[in-house]
Amino acid sequence: MKKVGFFTILLVLGLSCAAFAADGDVKSSAIGFFSYAALAAGLAIGIAAQGCGIGQGIAVRGAVEGIARNPETSGKVTVTMLIGLAMIESLSIYALVVALILIYAHPISSSISAFVGLPK
Amino acid sequence: MEHPILFINLLLEKLGIHVPAQPHSLADFLLQPHVTYTWVIMLLLVCLSALAARSLKMVPEGGQNFFELVVTGIEDFMISVTGEEGRFMFPLIASLGFFILCSNYLGVIPGFASPTANINTTAACALIVVFMTHVLGVKFHGVKYIKHFMGPVWWLTPLIFPIEIVSHLSRILSLSIRLFGNIFGEELVLSILFFLAGLYLAPVPMMMLGLFTGLVQAFIFCLLSMMYFAGAIEHAH
Repeated sequence: MKKVGFFTILLVLGLSCAAFAADGDVKSSAIGFFSYAALAAGLAIGIAAQGCGIGQGIAVRGAVEGIARNPETSGKVTVTMLIGLAMIESLSIYALVVALILIYAHPISSSISAFVGLPK
Repeated sequence: MEHPILFINLLLEKLGIHVPAQPHSLADFLLQPHVTYTWVIMLLLVCLSALAARSLKMVPEGGQNFFELVVTGIEDFMISVTGEEGRFMFPLIASLGFFILCSNYLGVIPGFASPTANINTTAACALIVVFMTHVLGVKFHGVKYIKHFMGPVWWLTPLIFPIEIVSHLSRILSLSIRLFGNIFGEELVLSILFFLAGLYLAPVPMMMLGLFTGLVQAFIFCLLSMMYFAGAIEHAH
C-alpha cells in the first residue's frame, strides 16, 4: 500500500516534466534539472538513513545482549560496538557526500545555468 | 553559502595579505583556510610536544605523564593489531591520529575551521596511508607481494585480480570521504543551526555530538590504517 503511494508520487513528478516540455521550449525543461537534483539529494539521505538505522540497531542489539550475558566484558564489547557503528555510519556519510555534490557542486549545473541564462 | 568569519583570515587581512575566496594561483591556494589552519595545528602540536619533552624524568609527571600515557596506549593497541613487525610504522599512525584529532576539534571552536573539512586534506591523508600499504608490502615480500592480489587458487586469478585492484583504490575513496563527510557535515549542520536559531544556543548539542564524532573518526582512521598495514605485512592466504 505504501509502495503504491510512493510510486504514484514519483510518476506524477516525472510526468510534470513532460508538461513543461509541452510548450516546445527546451529551456524550461532544462530547469527541471535543478528540481530533480534537489529531489535526488533529499531521497539519497532518506533512503541511506533507513538502512543505516536498521544496521546500527542490529549492531547495538548484539552488543547489549553480549553485555547482558557477560557484564565483565562490557568495556571490550562497547569499544567493538562503537567501531562497528562508525563503519556502518560511513555508508550513510557516502550518501551525504553525494547529496552535497548534487546540491552544491554538481559539475553540469554551471553549463545548464549558462544554457538557460541564469547567472552562475 | 555564507562566507564564514575565520580568525586567521582576519589576522592575514590585518597583516596586509588579502585572502581570495576563489583561489587561482599557487600563492592563493597557500592562503586558503585549510592550509593555514594546518600550519596552526602543526605549530600547536610541535609546541605541546616540545613543552612535554623539555625535562624528561625517569618518573614522569605532568605533561610528560599525559603524553607517555597516550603514546604507549596507541603503541600497544597498534602492536596488538599489526604484530611486532609493524612497530616502526607507529610514528606515522600516531602523527596522523594526533593531526586528525586536533583538526577535528579545531572546527568546533567558533571562528576556526577544520582542515579536515576539506576533501584535499583528507584525500592527502588517505593517499599517504594507501601508498605506505603498498610500500610495506613490497618491502616485506618483494615481488611476491603480487600474490596478495591473486586469490586463494590460481584459476580464480582473472576474476580476483581486478576486484582486488578496485578494492585497494576504493580504500582511498572510503578513507577520505568518511572523514570528510563526517567533519564537513558537522560544520554544515552547525552553521545552519547557527543561522536558524543562534540566539537560543541551538548549535551547542550538535557541538557536543561533534566532539564525540571527532574522536571516533580519528580513531577509526588510525584503526583502518593499522588494519591495512597488517594486511600488507602478513602472508597471503
